[in-house]
Amino acid sequence: MKLTGAEILCQSLEHLGVKHVFGYPGGAILPVYDALGKSKLHHILVRHEQGATHMADGYARATGGVGVAMATSGPGATNMVTGIATAMLDSSPIVCITGQVGSKLLGSDAFQEIDITGITMPITKHNVVVSKVEDIARTVREAFVIAQSGRPGPVLVDITKDAQQASAEFDWEAAAPKLPPKRVRPEVNKADLDRAVELLHSAKRPLILAGHGIMISGAMKAFEQFVCAGHFPVAMTLLGIGCFPANDPLNLGMMGMHGEAWVNHAIQEADLLIAVGMRFDDRVTGDLRTYAKSARKIHIEIDRAEINKNVPVDAALVGDAREVLEQLIPLVEKKDRPDWLNRIKEMKGDSAVRDIQSLPDTGHLYAAHVINDLWKETQGEAIVVTDVGQHQMWEAQYYHHNKPRTLITSGGLGTMGFALPAAIGSKFAKPDSDVWVVVGDGGFQMTMCELATIVQEKIKVNIAIINNGYLGMVRQWQEFFYDKRYVATPLVAPDFAALANAFGIRGERVTARGDVVSTIRAARESKESVLIDFRVEQEDSVYPMVPAGASLHEMIRRPHNPLVETAAEP
Amino acid sequence: MQTLIAYVENKPGVLNRVSSLARRLAINIDSLTVGPTENEEVARMTIVAHTDERGAHRLEASLEKLVDVLLAENISERSVLERDLALIKVAADQKSRPHLMELIKVFRGRVVDVAPESLIVEVSGTVDKIDGLLEVLRPYGVLEMARTGRIAMTRGNDLLQPPVSNGRGKLSAA
Repeated sequence: MKLTGAEILCQSLEHLGVKHVFGYPGGAILPVYDALGKSKLHHILVRHEQGATHMADGYARATGGVGVAMATSGPGATNMVTGIATAMLDSSPIVCITGQVGSKLLGSDAFQEIDITGITMPITKHNVVVSKVEDIARTVREAFVIAQSGRPGPVLVDITKDAQQASAEFDWEAAAPKLPPKRVRPEVNKADLDRAVELLHSAKRPLILAGHGIMISGAMKAFEQFVCAGHFPVAMTLLGIGCFPANDPLNLGMMGMHGEAWVNHAIQEADLLIAVGMRFDDRVTGDLRTYAKSARKIHIEIDRAEINKNVPVDAALVGDAREVLEQLIPLVEKKDRPDWLNRIKEMKGDSAVRDIQSLPDTGHLYAAHVINDLWKETQGEAIVVTDVGQHQMWEAQYYHHNKPRTLITSGGLGTMGFALPAAIGSKFAKPDSDVWVVVGDGGFQMTMCELATIVQEKIKVNIAIINNGYLGMVRQWQEFFYDKRYVATPLVAPDFAALANAFGIRGERVTARGDVVSTIRAARESKESVLIDFRVEQEDSVYPMVPAGASLHEMIRRPHNPLVETAAEP
Repeated sequence: MQTLIAYVENKPGVLNRVSSLARRLAINIDSLTVGPTENEEVARMTIVAHTDERGAHRLEASLEKLVDVLLAENISERSVLERDLALIKVAADQKSRPHLMELIKVFRGRVVDVAPESLIVEVSGTVDKIDGLLEVLRPYGVLEMARTGRIAMTRGNDLLQPPVSNGRGKLSAA
C-alpha cells in the first residue's frame, strides 16, 4: 500500500509500540501532524519544545522504554537542544523527530532552516537526516534500536518536508534495520573476571558504588542477590537511587558532594570499591588524587570508554550489569564482615542522626521537613521528579526510595526546568502512579508554561515548590566561597498559588510547619493537579558538602543549629 | 603520539563525526587519512593523535560507540608498518640540480617533474625518512609541499579487518 512519508512515520511509530508523542507543530513538520491526526498516537501539545524533550525523557526514565518528542525545523529543533543534552548525559533513550525544509532548499538558509544534525552531533548518540521517503521506516526503526541498545541515549531523526509529502510503498518487514556491522567484543574478559573474584575474596572492607546502569540494565534482582551473597554495604549515586531499597540495612545512602558523611568516609576507608553502572563523575569522587586511596577498584560498566576515564581500576568487567552480576553471584563468598559494618555504623553515629520530626517547632519551615513529610505521606511510593539545586539534594537525602525508577532527576547535565515537563512525561508513562514534582522557585520559572499542558491534557501531577526566594544552590556557593556576596541569586517570583489558579490549577501556599502534612494529604486526595508553594527558610544550605575539587572526606558539616544533617532512618 | 586504525561507513558526514569526537575529547589530531577498502561500503582511517595511551584508549572506545564506526583499534604498541607520501617542490637551477638529484637518490625519492627553476620530488616512507629528506632539501629552497599523512598496517598475521556485514541490523556494543 502506498503511503506518504508522514503516514509511514506515524505507522512506524505505532508498529514500534509508541502510544504518546510529545511535540509542537510548525511548517516543516505539518505533513506529519496531518497524519498524526489520523493515527492512533496520542499527541501531547507542549508549550515549548524543550518541554517536549524533557517529557519524552521523563517518559523513558519512568518505564525504561523510548520516549518520543517532535518539533518543527529551525527554532523548534534548536529548542530541543537542552533536553537532548540532558538525555545524553543521563543515558536516557529518547527519539526526537524534527521536520526539515525541503531537500532542494537544504543549505540555502531557507526560512526556519537550521543544521540540527550538525548542532546535535555531540549531544546525541546518533542523528540522521532523511530526505527520501523510502528511508523513513527503516531509519525510525534504527533510531529505536540505537536509542535503547548498549548504553542508551538520544537519537534525532531530521526528516525533510518533501520526504514527508512523497509517497512510497509501506512494508514494515522490508524496512528492517540495517545498521553497520559492529565488532563484537567478548563481553567479559576471563582474566578480569578471575581478578575481580580474587579481589572480592580478599577484601576486608568492600563497598559497592551503585549507579544508574543497574536500573538501565534491569539488574535490580541480580544486584540484590549479589549484595546478599557477599554481604556488601552499598553506596548510591544520585541516579542510582531506587535501584536498591533504601530500607535495606546494607544501603548506606547517597555518596558524593552532598552524600551522607559516613558514606563518603566509608568510601575513603574501603579497601575495595565495586562500581556497578556508574562513571566516577567528579560530583561523586571529589579530588581524584585523594579518592579512595586505600581501595582496589572493580568496575562493572557497559561503556568501554568509561573504563579508567576518571579513576584507574584494577579489574574492568565490560558488559551489561545484569549479565556480569549473574556471572559473579555464584563466585562470591558469603562473609559477615562485622568489623567493617560496625566501623561504618560507628561513623554514622558520629554524624548525629536524629529524627527531624522530633525537632522543636521554631516557626521555621525547612525544605527538609517538607520533603521528609512528603516521603512519609506517600509511603515512599510516589514517583518524585526533581529539578536541579538544593531541593534536589534534599530530596535525595530525605525521600527514601525503595523502588527503581521512582526518582527522576537530571544528574549529569543538571538541567534547571527539567522537573515539571519530565513529571508530565512520567505521568503519561505511569498514569496510575502518584507523581510529584519537587522543584525550586528558580527552576520552576524556567518551564512553568507547561502547567497549561497539564490542564489541557487533564492529568494529575502534584507540584511542590520549595520556594526560598533565592537560586538556592548558587546562593549557598556564594555564602561559602564568595563571602556572602549574593549576586543575581535573590529571586522575585510570582504568587505561585495565584499563578496556578490562572492556569486553572488549584494553588496552595504553606508557610507553617503544621500545615505541611494536611496540605500534602489534601493534594493527594484531590482528583486534579495541585500546586503547593512551600515558603521555606531562605538561607538554608545543603549539608554535608564537599567543596568542588576538595577531597571526599573534607566535607563542610552543618553548623550546630536546630536542624540536623540527616533524615530519619528509612 | 598514538596511531589508531578505524573502519567506518563510507558515507557523508562520518569524517565529521570522527574529527568532532577528537575535538570534544580535546585530542589534537596530527594526521588523519581516509581511503576506500575492498568493500565499497567501508572506508579505512589512520588517525595519528597527540595523546597518551589513556587518551588513545578513550578515543578508541569512544570512536567505537559511533554508529558509523565499525571498528577502532589503537595499534601504537604493535608491530606496525607506517608510510607517509610527500610531493616536494624544491628550487633547482642548472647548478644545483645535480646535487639535488644525488640527495634524492639517497632517500629513494623520485623526481616526477622538472622545470627550469624547480623540480618536484615524490618520496614515500616513514615520517622520519621524509623529514630527513626535507631537512637536506631545505637549504636549496622548499617552495611547496604536500603530504598525505600516515597510513599504517600491522605486520604479518596480525590482521585488522572490518567486521563482516552479515551482522547488519544488530547493534551489539554500547
